[in-house]
Amino acid sequence: MSKRVVLSLLVASALSTAAFAEEPKSGGVINAVIQPEPPGLMVGLVQNGPTQMVAGNIYEGLLRYSPKLEPLPGLAESWSVSEDGKIYTFKLRKGVTWHDNKPFTSADVAFSIDFLKQTHPRARGNLAQLDKVETPDDYTVVFTLKQPFGPFLGIFEVGSLPMLPKHIYEGTDYKTNPANNTPVGTGPFMFKEWQKGSFIRLVKNPNYYIKGLPHLDEIYWHVIPDAAARAVAFETGKVDVLPGGSVENFDVPRLTKLKNVCVTGAGWEFFSPHSWLWLNNRSGPTANKKFRQALMYAIDRNFAKDVIWNGLAKVATGPSASTIKYYTDKVTTYDYDPAKAKALLKEAGYKGEKVRLLPLPYGETWQRWAEAVKQNLQDVGINVEMIATDVPGWNQKVSDWDYDIAFTYLYQYGDPALGVGRNYISSQISKGSPFNNVEGYSNPEIDQLFADGATAFPDSKRDEIYLKAQKILTDDVPVAWQLELQFPTITRCNVKNLVTTAIGVNDGFRDAWLDK
Amino acid sequence: MSKFWRTMLRNPGGVIGLVILLLAIAIAIFGPLLFPTSPWRMVQRPFLPPFTVPGLPLGTDALGRDVLAGIIYGARVSLLVGLVSTMAALAVGIPVGALAGYFGGKVGDALMRFTEFFQTVPSFALAIVLVAILQPSIVSIVLAIAIVSWPPVARLVRGEVLSLRTREYVQAAIVTGQSHSWIIWREILPNALSPVIVLASLMVATAILLESSLSFLGLGDPNLMSWGYMVGAGRTVIRQAWWITLFPGIAILLSVLALNLIGEGLNDALNPRLNKEGR
Repeated sequence: MSKRVVLSLLVASALSTAAFAEEPKSGGVINAVIQPEPPGLMVGLVQNGPTQMVAGNIYEGLLRYSPKLEPLPGLAESWSVSEDGKIYTFKLRKGVTWHDNKPFTSADVAFSIDFLKQTHPRARGNLAQLDKVETPDDYTVVFTLKQPFGPFLGIFEVGSLPMLPKHIYEGTDYKTNPANNTPVGTGPFMFKEWQKGSFIRLVKNPNYYIKGLPHLDEIYWHVIPDAAARAVAFETGKVDVLPGGSVENFDVPRLTKLKNVCVTGAGWEFFSPHSWLWLNNRSGPTANKKFRQALMYAIDRNFAKDVIWNGLAKVATGPSASTIKYYTDKVTTYDYDPAKAKALLKEAGYKGEKVRLLPLPYGETWQRWAEAVKQNLQDVGINVEMIATDVPGWNQKVSDWDYDIAFTYLYQYGDPALGVGRNYISSQISKGSPFNNVEGYSNPEIDQLFADGATAFPDSKRDEIYLKAQKILTDDVPVAWQLELQFPTITRCNVKNLVTTAIGVNDGFRDAWLDK
Repeated sequence: MSKFWRTMLRNPGGVIGLVILLLAIAIAIFGPLLFPTSPWRMVQRPFLPPFTVPGLPLGTDALGRDVLAGIIYGARVSLLVGLVSTMAALAVGIPVGALAGYFGGKVGDALMRFTEFFQTVPSFALAIVLVAILQPSIVSIVLAIAIVSWPPVARLVRGEVLSLRTREYVQAAIVTGQSHSWIIWREILPNALSPVIVLASLMVATAILLESSLSFLGLGDPNLMSWGYMVGAGRTVIRQAWWITLFPGIAILLSVLALNLIGEGLNDALNPRLNKEGR
């Protein structure tokens, strides 16, 4: 099964390379699935997954990112960094207009920064080192930082820092502005209509600033609440695009076996969903480092990859996903080795104390995964009790540190300073969030490394620092890293050139076209 | 007693039911001796169809676990939940019904209003809410099933007691100054028992179904392999692997059917008016 998926992945990538050679055709309507229905499309105010996915067609960021996370021109056509790493100068593209034909200028950029600092928690964190924004002319923006911030060039993607129209929002109450219902951006598609519970319709922006783009005339985002029904909608041809996570994993091999269906795991490099088991470092058997190492040896992660994720994953080697910056695989690695696990358990002095395992309540796949891990652990003699819970219960238990082992996965946002450090530095130990240093790992050396890593300049220095941090962490095993997840995007093969950047479908259908 | 068995055995349905139930009980008790490995263990490739690999006659599920081992261990859970929750329901329902029927008046009214309070809530919805609040575990499931299934017992017992209470031998016992508890225990309840036994056999069947439905919805005890869980876990892959849902489904069907047949047989054997020899 996994072989087949890998094969179709190869076919898909071969096809997408071939697509570059082909002449794109204009016109056509695409039907895609959006799951769940977004609460709104104004991405400056609402940042959940489905909002970002649809809004990526309407709004744009200053930069886009290649699958290797190198910055590409977006609304900014060029950029430069001063030698001390504190001043970033962006040159904006000329001739860009909002959907209501007002020009897009540097004033909009400065306004958006101000707006997002109030409404977008992640943007606020990303902009913590920002001292001031200056706009010497309509097409130049100068960012001055308090001190060098290595990941700064990585925060301009449309979901992290979307550009918002100043002329519509200035001086209004952002949250109640009626324009939130009819979003206006600079993107390749314009909002047309939204029938709640049914579909969102976007139409081509005829005045888009890149001549010839977009190729498509319209996009329909269909709201189909049931996973099985979404799979059926794809089979019957009602929809042509299933973005990552729209169908359950076990449906992926069946759907990709259909004629004219292509699948790709690409387009998640920026988010790099990384899964691991929180291990409570404070109390119980998991407080013992040897016990935690034993867990790493006891769990058959290749089985989880092949059977539970149908091969659409990669065994994680440590705290960083292999797709983000400064990743290294030159660390202590843990292969499946039950004998070694048993020996370590003995050394740790484990005497069969009960260990509670909390699965992630996100559906079948995660439940099966927890069952497999539980069996792995029981095989080496760990007394595991599975705790059943729903999403609020999971959130509460994890945020209150009321667990021994708990499944999770988090995004990494391309840079260890943005998406990795938060889970290991001791200043992030605080009850009430399931996304911070929930395991309670505390190591002054790691704290210092991540503090230095964020502000070190240039890149070679950061590389050195994060290499060291990854080595220490993989020795200490504060959490048990499992898999780098891939959420496959499934399309008809005649949908060409859809996933081209590090945020995949979230970057919109700008370059996509339909082969008839 | 021998008369009871003769009537019981003359009912072919009852015999079939009894045979199936005894078989299920034997599997529940001795099965794990034949299958010493945990039913959760991944033993082979996932999605193996039945009868393709020796030793795995019913194939494997989505993780490569033995479906047959799951059914055998599931029998334990289903029968245990069925029996224990029925006992618990009887332990509540019989005293409530007996007291309400015997004392009548305000006490009886109060007890019956209390009973009706439970009956007005749809029982399955109430069971789901209870299990969800108490966190799914074998104890909370048994408790939930007992709570939703005792009201019919109370109503039945009350009806029986109401009619028995006016019989002359009961009146005589009252006149001779026997204590209330002695009269209820020794004079009334033994005579009210036969319809309760019939009801109890059907309640075991209902409890098995309830447990399966809860597990199917993901509200089962996550540490115990049960038939309902197997059906629920296999449901989403039914188009690729029908056997994962079919076999545990058959197991549920057979055991519930067996209990219903037994109930029927018991009804014939215990009810004198239907008893042919009594005519």
